[in-house]
Amino acid sequence: MTGYETVVGLEVHCELATATKLFCGCRNAFGDEPNTNVCPVCLGLPGSLPVVNRRAVELALRIGAALNCKAQRSIFHRKNYFYPDMPKDYQISQYDEPINVDGWLELPDGSRVGVERAHMEEDTGKTTHVGGGGRIHEAGYSLVDYNRAGVPLVEIVSRPDIRSAAQARAYVDELRSILVATGASDGRMEEGSLRVDANVSVRPAGATEYGTRCEVKNLNSLRSLERAIDYEVARQIELLEAGERVSQETRHWDEGDSSTHSMRSKEEANDYRYFPEPDLTPLVPDVALLTAAAEGVGAMPAERRHRLSNLLAAGSELATRRDGSTDQVVTVVDLGLDELVHGAVAAGADPRLALARAANEAAANPDAAKLLDPMAFAALLKMESSGQLSATQSKEVLAELMSKGGDPGQIARRLGYEQMDNASLGSMVDEVIAANPQEWRRYREGDDKVAQFLLGQVMKSSKGRANGKLVAEAFAFRRDA
Amino acid sequence: MTASPAPELGSLAGIAASVRAGERSARAVLAVSLDRVRELEGDLHCFNEVTVEAAEADADAVDRMVRAGLDPGPLAGVPVALKDNLCTVGIPTTCSSKILAGWLPPYDATVVSRLRDAGAVAIGKTNLDEFAMGSSTENSAFGPTRNPWDLGRVPGGSSGGSAAAVAAGMVPLAFGSDTGGSIRQPAALCGIVGVKPTYGVVSRYGLIAFASSLDQIGPFATTVADAALGLEVIAGHDPMDSTSLDRPAPSLLATLDEGVSGLRVGIVADFLSAGSECGDAVVAAAEALAAAGAKVDQVRIPELLLGLPAYYVIAPAEASSNLSRYDGVRYGLRVDGPDAETMNARTRGEGFGAEVKRRIMMGTYALSAGYYDAYYGQAQKARTLVIRAFEAAYRDFDVLLTPTTPSVAFPFGSKVDDPIEMYMCDLCSIPSSLAGHPAASVPFALSPEGLPIGVQVLAPALGEAVMMRVAASLEAAAPREARGPVTP
Amino acid sequence: MARLARLALDDDEVGRYAVQLSAILEHVDAVRRLDTADVPPTAHPFPVENVLRSDTERPSLDREVVLAQAPVAENDRFRVPRIMGEAP
Repeated sequence: MTGYETVVGLEVHCELATATKLFCGCRNAFGDEPNTNVCPVCLGLPGSLPVVNRRAVELALRIGAALNCKAQRSIFHRKNYFYPDMPKDYQISQYDEPINVDGWLELPDGSRVGVERAHMEEDTGKTTHVGGGGRIHEAGYSLVDYNRAGVPLVEIVSRPDIRSAAQARAYVDELRSILVATGASDGRMEEGSLRVDANVSVRPAGATEYGTRCEVKNLNSLRSLERAIDYEVARQIELLEAGERVSQETRHWDEGDSSTHSMRSKEEANDYRYFPEPDLTPLVPDVALLTAAAEGVGAMPAERRHRLSNLLAAGSELATRRDGSTDQVVTVVDLGLDELVHGAVAAGADPRLALARAANEAAANPDAAKLLDPMAFAALLKMESSGQLSATQSKEVLAELMSKGGDPGQIARRLGYEQMDNASLGSMVDEVIAANPQEWRRYREGDDKVAQFLLGQVMKSSKGRANGKLVAEAFAFRRDA
Repeated sequence: MTASPAPELGSLAGIAASVRAGERSARAVLAVSLDRVRELEGDLHCFNEVTVEAAEADADAVDRMVRAGLDPGPLAGVPVALKDNLCTVGIPTTCSSKILAGWLPPYDATVVSRLRDAGAVAIGKTNLDEFAMGSSTENSAFGPTRNPWDLGRVPGGSSGGSAAAVAAGMVPLAFGSDTGGSIRQPAALCGIVGVKPTYGVVSRYGLIAFASSLDQIGPFATTVADAALGLEVIAGHDPMDSTSLDRPAPSLLATLDEGVSGLRVGIVADFLSAGSECGDAVVAAAEALAAAGAKVDQVRIPELLLGLPAYYVIAPAEASSNLSRYDGVRYGLRVDGPDAETMNARTRGEGFGAEVKRRIMMGTYALSAGYYDAYYGQAQKARTLVIRAFEAAYRDFDVLLTPTTPSVAFPFGSKVDDPIEMYMCDLCSIPSSLAGHPAASVPFALSPEGLPIGVQVLAPALGEAVMMRVAASLEAAAPREARGPVTP
Repeated sequence: MARLARLALDDDEVGRYAVQLSAILEHVDAVRRLDTADVPPTAHPFPVENVLRSDTERPSLDREVVLAQAPVAENDRFRVPRIMGEAP
């Protein structure tokens, strides 16, 4: 709606892909039999003590680095509140001294979203509500499984830099690919290893103060994230338009009726009584931790997109235009085909053509495309550029190259894609001119639109075998002669 | 009522040597210990549970090892008692609280495993003030323990059951936990030796937490040498406790008899006025050390008086969080309710005793929004001031002396209605707890009423060896009748 | 305070604790009034850092042992009465 600006900040909880939990040696696994991955520590039994998992710290630092954060000395706090899914009735979490601060995430459209912090904490157990259709308030009673209790989480808190539901979705999407690319998490929203809460507010366009925000929970998919933000923005604007105020509260997204509901918090406002966790010692990102965190981690998607774009800019004047190439770059990086493109270009292929074929034809079967030999891919692209193959023929050869492998030249010959000799091409052009005198006249008078028609006629009579570029040259030659 | 000397079981080293040599069976040593328990437990109530069958099985295992030519370890066949806040697998561990009724830990505390590995035979779980909060064991949900020196008086606390068991000669060695004085104060009141090690020297894994940044486990024994051996066995790094110091256990026995010649001993003047009998004992102790060659002087460290108020903010704050888990969901008591929140509140309301609830409320207050900086934050800074004051004092002195307690054992009921009067019991023991420093109480004198008086030896962090040397010298200078074991 | 600490207290207790807590607060007031402008807090007696364990699996407890301690268990899980509040 015009007149208002949407302001969104996201809190993303990400389960780390460690073998064991954050503070004990129990298995970190999804979907095991209930209460089988539990021990005195993660059950919070009297007398038990936590010891931090080194791998979890490394992965947290890895996420921080991928999000351009500053790694710093950090401590754990206790966040005190009673809840049956929390074995100790406090959560060990980082509070005012988190491990990663002040980063940013660049989205495919080039926009940047600030990352305030990415801190470590432990997950809670899982509660099943019995009776009342699984809803918490109507349930007869609840059952608790502590397998998830103590699983390491990193909570990534963005700054309120997001301005639309679509951008929020793009942020989570990009964040997810980073988490997967770093190996820090499997990024599965449907299994809860990625959980998103959205802080949503609106303000009159041009205002500098933020409006009152609502925290929206229970966003189980990218789709519900987008829908919930759209709904919440509309709701808040409606309130403001009616002269009412937005009250700061936590709201629950209900997929069923596609709306958010205020969560009726029964009693006291939460007072978490944070204090430094006396059972743990501070974490200092020393050389050993930082080295292990960086080990085996390649470039992040944003950097790979930049590299690919730079390649285009350097290799082809066409690519300097910010046309469809942006989407192609995103697709190619998403599918992990950027190395194929780089390889083909290094072997002499035209960057723009390599990108287009990778983003469109190769992308249709990314698994096979990843196995393509960049040299063979480059050879094919060169045949197309030089006019040896038409675009249609080149795509056919590429399809076969991906499904069966082999040498592009041999495949082209086997498919009968012999290059048309200049003589037969010339006579075909002459025939088309003779058959379409009106169009030929308009073409000679400079009507560009009719050029496509003439070209199409030649392609038709050659059954696609003619090289478009050579045909265009032939018409131009006859016009200028 | 006056106590008489008890038959001695012999030194730990003596017991272990005879068992290792096959001269005495662990089973026979155990029988002497259990006989003494049967004789006196009715009067004293030292134990929440005496685990006869488990003890017999452990003793038999020790004897089998000896017969097989294997060494059961430095505590072979030594009967020991464990404070009932140390987890023991399959044996009820209650913290003397109703809220842990029926709970069977599925694991052993690290200290318990180390004792077993050293050949010790645990005979039972001793009484304490509920969750180790108190100075008299009157806060036990299962009734108080009595002082073997005078059955009308408290044994001190919170580790009163362990102290009384050693003082009555039931066991030659027992273990307790000390947060603000819970080993040293009952040791003093029961006329035995009690040691609180440097924070991190002994693993806390399996010790049910009261105040995590202060809790330490330590030994009770009738002699300094026995306490030193007990500490050597349980000390040392444990990867299950992040706050456990990564260094080998201190070697104490090797230097125990080196004397105090040339050592600089400071009498903390600020605590001398605390109780005249106890203050006099410290002065006498200092004179004895001077006679043995130490250089003795008085020192004023007024910052140590900040310890008590700081402690009564920090300890309840940590406790309020540590005790949240007793919510009726996973183990122990549940008092039902229409919803989970009510069930939690009723379980805790009925399951905890008065002192525990008082401290939970105090701690919750000290951490709550708007009060954190004024109370918890300030108390942590006061803690820094206490540490700095100690650092300055230890530039001039190797050890410091204070009374362990402001007074001798007091009659039952005399302080229960006045929490602050009760908290004053910890005045002299708290500063080294806040600093994480080691401290030991050694019996040194008898009051005119015939009650034992303890002198406290303080040392800087990891100064256990010099501290125990001084303690051994004090022991040598003290009258024999000032220490247990005694028969009530 | 009792609600925050989740303690059900009767009126008697509430009255008694109110008196005792104010006495205790008065006693610890020396700490509150302390001038600590340049004093850092001590959370821990010893400055140890990076105490970490390796990401190696250790055996978990048997579920039977764990659930045997539960006040009420059902369907291999811990059973609690219905929960009124949402998790924060």
